[in-house]
Amino acid sequence: MRNFVAQCAEACGCGPEVTDQIRLAVDEAFTNVVKHAYQFNDAKEVDIRVEFDATSFKVILSDQGIRFHPGVVREPNVEERIRQRKRGGVGVYLIHKLMDDVQYLRQGNHNEIVMTKRI
Amino acid sequence: MSQFNITSDDRHGIDVLHLVGELDAHTAGTLEEAFKSLIHRNRTRIVVNCQNLLYISSAGLGVFMAYIEDVREREGDIKLTNMSPKVYHVFDLLGFPALYDILDDETDAIHSFTNP
Repeated sequence: MRNFVAQCAEACGCGPEVTDQIRLAVDEAFTNVVKHAYQFNDAKEVDIRVEFDATSFKVILSDQGIRFHPGVVREPNVEERIRQRKRGGVGVYLIHKLMDDVQYLRQGNHNEIVMTKRI
Repeated sequence: MSQFNITSDDRHGIDVLHLVGELDAHTAGTLEEAFKSLIHRNRTRIVVNCQNLLYISSAGLGVFMAYIEDVREREGDIKLTNMSPKVYHVFDLLGFPALYDILDDETDAIHSFTNP
């Protein structure tokens, strides 16, 4: 899935570095949907849409699972998390760090995460 | 599905793990089992060679986060080496270079265990 989006990004003229950033952001967002929205129920579907123009590349993931909104995204204190032997809680931060704009929308019973990268 | 595997060598009591492929939510369990197995046997001087690590996501980073304290409590360490700039960038985004020993070369890491 992440490689499909990366191929789209490449085809739209994104350079290797930007393509890698988009690939990772999509992977993190998809993993969050599977984990949080769908609670690992692999019978559920995730729709993916890409849109682009001359200046930006946009990826939209849509699911029908539990609503997720991270609120204010802060840089995780990795040192403290290591001390507590915690491994999670860094994916959302990575998405925001890698992409230029991230929006969480609720459309009817769908959740959407809209991730935009300037190109 | 992502491809990932680990080969390991014992270099004079130091365990060198070579990661090959993509480390993500599907494959992180393989690295987790490797760390758990080493810690269980009290083998805590660990070098992780990332030369052939093509991709890492937060699920992969999380495995390093979850076990480093267990290793350091046993007087060991996990040292990371031979990262591509692309993989290093992901570690760097979360500030790992300040928290982990990341070296250019596997030999340097082995040497730093034997001659601290």
